[in-house]
Amino acid sequence: MIDVTIGTTSVVETVAVEGIDWSIAAGDYWVVGGPPGSGKSDLLATLAGLHRPLKGTLRFFGSDIAELGEDDFLAARLRIGLVFENGGRSFNHLTVAENAALPLRYHHHAQTVETDERVKKILEAIGLAPFANAIPGQLKHAWRQRVGLARALAAGPEVLLLDNPLAGLGPQESRWWGEFLAQLSSGHEVMEGRPTTLVVACHDLRPWTDQGKQFALLKQKRWALIGGRAELTCSNDPLLRGLLALDFSGGQPVG
Amino acid sequence: MKSVFDPARQKIYLPAVESSSANPPDVERAPPAPFPFRFLDAVGRNIIRFIQTAQGLIAFTLITLGVAVTKFNTSSRLIHPLIRSQIFRAGLQLLPMISFLACALGLMIIGQMVALLTRVGAQSLAGTVMVTVVVRELGPLAAALLVLARAGAAYVIELGTSRALGEVEALEALCIDPIHYLVIPRMVGLALAIFSLTVYFIIVALVSGYLFAFVQDVPLLPGDYFKQLAVALTWEDFALLALKTCGFGVIITVVTCFQGLAQPLRLEQVSGATTRAVVQSVVACVLLDVLFIIVYLVM
Repeated sequence: MIDVTIGTTSVVETVAVEGIDWSIAAGDYWVVGGPPGSGKSDLLATLAGLHRPLKGTLRFFGSDIAELGEDDFLAARLRIGLVFENGGRSFNHLTVAENAALPLRYHHHAQTVETDERVKKILEAIGLAPFANAIPGQLKHAWRQRVGLARALAAGPEVLLLDNPLAGLGPQESRWWGEFLAQLSSGHEVMEGRPTTLVVACHDLRPWTDQGKQFALLKQKRWALIGGRAELTCSNDPLLRGLLALDFSGGQPVG
Repeated sequence: MKSVFDPARQKIYLPAVESSSANPPDVERAPPAPFPFRFLDAVGRNIIRFIQTAQGLIAFTLITLGVAVTKFNTSSRLIHPLIRSQIFRAGLQLLPMISFLACALGLMIIGQMVALLTRVGAQSLAGTVMVTVVVRELGPLAAALLVLARAGAAYVIELGTSRALGEVEALEALCIDPIHYLVIPRMVGLALAIFSLTVYFIIVALVSGYLFAFVQDVPLLPGDYFKQLAVALTWEDFALLALKTCGFGVIITVVTCFQGLAQPLRLEQVSGATTRAVVQSVVACVLLDVLFIIVYLVM
């Protein structure tokens, strides 16, 4: 689905990530770990098409984006959804329902009735229906994060990128996210039962060890480890052990 | 054509706009020099800063106009209501204030001028003077400045805050062109609002001005007054009025949106960007006005 070979990607004259050679296949559930500042968010932004690798290639659904025309590039990007961290960067000049409806109304020129039905279905699925007419800024952090998810799901993406979705959430809310993403991965009714490919970036690997199917570790903007659950459990990488114990003090395991 | 924020064109547009940002960084400072050189140094820095700002504004204007043309009918279901809301915000909501301003200026300037012209026996020139002062100059400029104060300044704060909070990047992630979604509705709305407010301002000012002259017992019949206005007005006045007011709308939108959007901002920088946008908008509007004066003189 997405093949990325990044020599270097820079954001505002700063190297974001480099030396990444990665392929995401349909149905994958990737968990990308790394301490804060390791380049996870920039990697996701690159995968979402927001940044382009300065060196290397980025292929969306088999096509090199450097060779895609504007319309084809846009069409490819629409198949990828991105959920930002810290409340999902929802728009406070719109209600929750309008936030979710925005991509549909902009890209699909959908009739109001069709949009409303789709949005209602999504909001009900993720528990936001009671807040449909609220402004995201009035909601608690946990609900705002779900608004970001609703907005990303509205256009029906095949690949969903989530940047640190559990940041600042309590155990109960984290459990909901884990269960919902597992349903998305296996095929949720809001996506018409189609399995969604997931890429989750996080700095705390603990909630994801049972969830993810594939794992990668970013260290100083480069891959430190990549593989399945077996590689994760067998690795003695001090950074990985630190992430599993949520300790960033020099990568030394805790306890 | 894609906007400045479109990643597909990011490498083309962003250097053009961001390197010539509205608040360019200081050029690396040399060791202190004697006074005349320090003065020249300061002048040089300001000239470079001015050129960089002008370059950025021109690039942003061209991009905005390009998006306006290429995406003229794209996502109209979403964009048209936004344009209507901007007209309401920058136009209808300003009616009470523009009424007050038009009445006050009508009384202060027009009423006194008609009275003065009548006293020196030049009341036959009243229509010409009115058209020159109110229709060509006072009306468009007063409406533009009022809209700038009320809506333009708010645009910088809204867009600057959106940029600082990452909402603009979120739009890009949804493949929504921020220029198309955020700038175009404001530009069209503001242009139409300033044009409509100017027409309203002119009518109210001319009527209130005559009423003031009437109270002063100026021997000028309403029929004569409005006949003089009708004779003095030419079709070029209407065309240039529309062009000028729409030009003011485009300028105010481009400058305010440029300051709010076209550069990475932190929340604490938004107030500074607002001040810069207001000053630059006033200067740009006055420059456009001067351009139109030259056109009027040539005609």
